[in-house]
Amino acid sequence: MTAQRSTSRLALIIWGYIIWSLVPVVIAIIFSFNDGRSRTVWQGFSLRWWWQDPNLSVLQNAEMRNAIFNSLVLAVATLLIVTPLGIALAIGSQRMHGRSANFVQGLTSAPLITPEIVVGSALLITFTRLLTAVPLGFVAQLLGNVTFSLASVVVIVRARLVSIGASFEEAARDLGATRWQALRFVLFPMLWPSVMASLVVVFATVIDDFVITSFLSAGVSSETVPLRIYSSVRGGATPALNALATLLVIISFTALILGLFALSTWRKRNGERGGLRAASPM
Amino acid sequence: MLFGSNSGRVSPQDKLKKSPRLWAGFAFPGTIWLIALFALPFYAVACIAFGTIDPIFRDAVPQWNPLSWDFTQARQVLTSLATGPLRGVGLRTIVYVFCAMTLCFVVGFPIAYFLARHAGKRKMMLLVLIIVPFWVNYLMRMLAWVNLLSVDGLFTRFMRIFGINYNWLDGSPITVTLGLVYGYIPFLILPLFATLDRLDWRLIDAARDLGANSRQAFRLVTLPMSRAGLVAAGVLIALPMFGDYYTNDLLSRSPSTEMIGNQIDFFLNASSQPQNGALLVLTLSLFLLLLMSFYLRSTRQQSRQVTR
Repeated sequence: MTAQRSTSRLALIIWGYIIWSLVPVVIAIIFSFNDGRSRTVWQGFSLRWWWQDPNLSVLQNAEMRNAIFNSLVLAVATLLIVTPLGIALAIGSQRMHGRSANFVQGLTSAPLITPEIVVGSALLITFTRLLTAVPLGFVAQLLGNVTFSLASVVVIVRARLVSIGASFEEAARDLGATRWQALRFVLFPMLWPSVMASLVVVFATVIDDFVITSFLSAGVSSETVPLRIYSSVRGGATPALNALATLLVIISFTALILGLFALSTWRKRNGERGGLRAASPM
Repeated sequence: MLFGSNSGRVSPQDKLKKSPRLWAGFAFPGTIWLIALFALPFYAVACIAFGTIDPIFRDAVPQWNPLSWDFTQARQVLTSLATGPLRGVGLRTIVYVFCAMTLCFVVGFPIAYFLARHAGKRKMMLLVLIIVPFWVNYLMRMLAWVNLLSVDGLFTRFMRIFGINYNWLDGSPITVTLGLVYGYIPFLILPLFATLDRLDWRLIDAARDLGANSRQAFRLVTLPMSRAGLVAAGVLIALPMFGDYYTNDLLSRSPSTEMIGNQIDFFLNASSQPQNGALLVLTLSLFLLLLMSFYLRSTRQQSRQVTR
């Protein structure tokens, strides 16, 4: 009896937590459809802050559109650099050995346990005093985000490498494939789920990133959506700000759902372990 | 783990390790990247922190030669942290983070426990609901609370029904601490759940069968078995909390609740004393390094105990 009572008390805590964690966000989303200028007092439903207002709505205001554009460009550019860099680093650092391997592995995991503000301020000082060829703004933000998200790509890909093991590649080698062919036709296709996962994780991290992007920004020209929210949330911003934040949530979830979809199609085609069919050349 | 090289025969992994130059080549670009943009920046921070100040422009001048580093300003900042005006900031950071961590565990542990042990058929659905905040932008979640807590916000009006008329967004330590809890608790619950989900619950059932009551079983079996995971999850949220400044900025914006992150942000982005900012970055990093080494030592001791 007592066990049952404590279980239902735990269930109460969990439902309470879910409500507490989600309801404020849902309310903020609802208020993006407010008819008035207030973000706190409901005045009826309208779409004026989404697109009807020709100057102030999120889809027509030049600054907000600029912020969305900057966010997307930064996220995609980061992905383009960090994915190949991370995959190579994961493979290399897993298969190296000796003292240099320890060094590389330590260096790779150090960003995971460094707070963003430390990375952000160190890079700010570096780009303004040492590597002054790098201008603050998009380029600096790109370099910073690649540096900070590199470790997560390595962690995700390395986990997959461990679960694949080395026997598939060795079988290919025994059957006459060169080292490169074994990598190209056996290992790389099997890595695909982890590449997919890291694409989604990095995209979501970068598009949500505030600290590094803010430390390395150069004013309005490189303002992203989180920066825009930060600078106007305590002012007299209209519900268009809620709409902008909602848009960011929609973008993240779209990326997540696309990633899950791609993963499940891949699994359906290749089986849970991504067996040899993935390895056969098209 | 999977490839523990067995003595006698050559395992596939050993064969792979035969081409060390190829694998070093794979690791090379990423390693160079991290040396240039992760390790080198720390050196740049130190060069500013232990540099000098231009007598005319009052700007920080980096000292690139470690042999002639100047520690006068460092001594001043440390004194200020120990006894001077920065003392309040340092203490506040530790107190806020400690309170927020405690609350995170008090709320997060039962949730992770329930999910791992009792959720049954609803486990998947509950897990999805708990993962959702992960994918909602941090600033969006803070924006949501700024709306609720502002003077005519829904929560403020709701509390007025009970006669509580409180200015939540005007330098309230309660708001800042709860904001930290709200912001970081999802990052605690998931690793906690992962730890508890992997526990061998038969051992707890065995303890119960052998006469332990539920509290004893929890204290003597569940807790020791999950301690490493608990500490790791705690470290995972403590690190970003110690460096947080935007939660504070959004929910309070008052000097009376400033944390060390706010001071770093101020010195580096809004003042003409980047040297102080650099020194605080170094202090924070050293402090966190110390915390990490305690954590590593405790987990190592524990694994030694387990193997014994």
